[in-house]
Amino acid sequence: MPKFDARSIPAIWVRELILFKRYWRGTTFSAILEPLIFLFGIGLGVGAFLDEIDGVKYVIFVGTGAVATAVIFSSVFPGMYNTFIARTFQKVYDGILATPTTAAEIMVGEALWIATRTAVYGSVPIVVTIPFGLTPNWEMIAIPFICFLTALGFTFLGQWISGIVKVIDSFSYFQSALITPLLFVSGTYFPISGLPGWAQTVSHINPVYHCIELVRDASFDRLSLSSWWNVLALVVFAGISCALSVRTITRRLVT
Amino acid sequence: MLQRPALSIRGVTKRFGEFVAVDDLSLDVQPGTCLGLLGPNGAGKTTLMRMITGQSRATSGHISVLEHDVSIDTRAARRVLGVCPQQDNMDDQQTARENLVLWAALCRVPRAERKRAIAAALETAQLTDRADERVTNLSGGMRRRLLLGRAFVNSPRVVLLDEPTVGLDPQVRGDLWLVVDRMRRSGVTIVMSTHYIEEAERLADDIAIMNRGRIIARGTPSELRRTHAGDEAAEYVGSPEVLDEIANKASELGLKTRRAGLSVSVLGAENTDPTVLESWGRHSRRATNLEDVFVLVTGEALDA
Repeated sequence: MPKFDARSIPAIWVRELILFKRYWRGTTFSAILEPLIFLFGIGLGVGAFLDEIDGVKYVIFVGTGAVATAVIFSSVFPGMYNTFIARTFQKVYDGILATPTTAAEIMVGEALWIATRTAVYGSVPIVVTIPFGLTPNWEMIAIPFICFLTALGFTFLGQWISGIVKVIDSFSYFQSALITPLLFVSGTYFPISGLPGWAQTVSHINPVYHCIELVRDASFDRLSLSSWWNVLALVVFAGISCALSVRTITRRLVT
Repeated sequence: MLQRPALSIRGVTKRFGEFVAVDDLSLDVQPGTCLGLLGPNGAGKTTLMRMITGQSRATSGHISVLEHDVSIDTRAARRVLGVCPQQDNMDDQQTARENLVLWAALCRVPRAERKRAIAAALETAQLTDRADERVTNLSGGMRRRLLLGRAFVNSPRVVLLDEPTVGLDPQVRGDLWLVVDRMRRSGVTIVMSTHYIEEAERLADDIAIMNRGRIIARGTPSELRRTHAGDEAAEYVGSPEVLDEIANKASELGLKTRRAGLSVSVLGAENTDPTVLESWGRHSRRATNLEDVFVLVTGEALDA
C-alpha cells in the first residue's frame, strides 16, 4: 500500500469544488434553514413553557445546542450518501484509483472538504442566536474549529457506514439506532444532568456531548484548561473513525 | 533487437476464493506496440487490467510497468499509466472539460501544463466544440471518446483500454478506432482487451488470446492464422448430418475444422488436394481469420 501523499488532497478538492459550484445553493439552503426551524420551533416553542435552563434562556440553550445538530447533519449524511453513491452507482472512486491516488487519500480529502464546509454551516445557529440575546465574545472564534473537528469524525463515521452496508436502504438503521440517540443523549435539547446516572456516564463517550460542551463554553466565554479534555475526546473519535473508514473503503475498492 | 518490455507480467495468479480468475499468466509487451488481448467474457481480461493498475492485488506473481513493480511502487506505476475502463465512471453531472480538469489534477499533471493537456485531450476526443456540455448530455459514442481522451491526459507511456468499444454501434466503433490508431502512431504502448475480432485485427500489432485465465496463443494476426488455421478455408453448407460427415472425413486426413451454425470450414485448404475437397461436396473458398484461430484454440465461439 503506498504511503499517504498529501498532494492528492488538492486533486480531491478539485472534484468537490466542481460539484459544490453546482450544488451550493441547495446544500447551503438546507444547512441554514434546518437549524433555524429547530431554533424557532423548539427554542421558542418549548421556551414559552420553560424559562431558563442552567441559568440561560432556553432559546439560547437550544440555539447553542443546535450547532451540534447542524454539524452532524452536514457531515455524517454526506459521508454516508455521497460516498456510497460515488463508490457503488457512479464508480467514480474506481476510476480515481487508476490514477496516482489511494483510497485513503480520497476518504481523507473528502472528509477535510466536508468538515471545512461544516465549519461554516455549523456556526450559523450561533449567529442566529445572537439577536435572541446571546452576547458575542471572542471565544466564539473557536466555534468553527470545534465544528470542523467534530465534523471530521462524523464524516469518517459516515464513510465507514457507507462501506459496511450492502444497500443504501440500510442507512435507516444507523440513522435511527445511532445518530438520533447520539443527538438526544448529548445535551442538545436538555442538559444531560436530567438523565439517569448510567445515561450520563454513557453520554461522556458520545462525541456530540463533547462538541456541545465546547460550543457552550465558547459561547458563554468560559473555555478553560479542562476544555482540552473535550478536544481530546473529539480527536480520538476522529482518529478511530478515520482508521475504520480508510480500512473498510480500501477493502471495498481494492479487491 | 529486443528492448526492455514496457509491461512485464510474470507468473501472475489471481484467486477469488475457489475461483481462479487469472492462472499463472506471463506476458511481455514491447514498447510502442499495441497488444490486443482477445478473449470471451469471463476470460479474466478485466481482472488482469485491474492488477496492472494495482486495483486488484495478485495472489502471486509480479507485474511491472516500465520497471515499476506495481505491488511495491503502485503510485509510480500509475503515474505512467493511462486507463480507459470498461465501465464508464465519469461524473455525468460535470462537463467534459471539468472531467478532464479533475483528471489532470488527479494524475498530477503539472499546473503549467494542465491547460494544454486538457485542450489536447478534447482534441483527441474530437469534443473541443462540446467541451462545456455536461457529460449526461453527450451521446454514448461521445462519452466513450471522452473516456479515451481522458486516459491520455497525463501523456501516459502505457495505456490500458478495457473493451473500449463494447456495446457501441459499428459506425461509432469506427470513430473510436481512429482515435486509438492515432494514439498508437504517437508511440505509446497500448494493451487493449476486446472480444471483437475485427477490433483486434485492425488495431493490434500483436495478439494474445486469453481463455480461463490463461494466454493460450500469442503472435501477430497473420502468424496466428498461419500457425493455427492455415491461409485458406473451404466452407461447406448443409444439413447437420452432412456437415458431421465432412468434419469426420477431414479429421481422418488430419485437417482442422470449425463448425459454425449451418456450415463447417475445413482449415488449411491451400495444402489439401482440391479433388478431395471437391469430392466432399460444393464449397466456397475464403481466407482464414482470427475467429477461426480463436475457436480452434479455445473450443469456444466469441459472441461478436
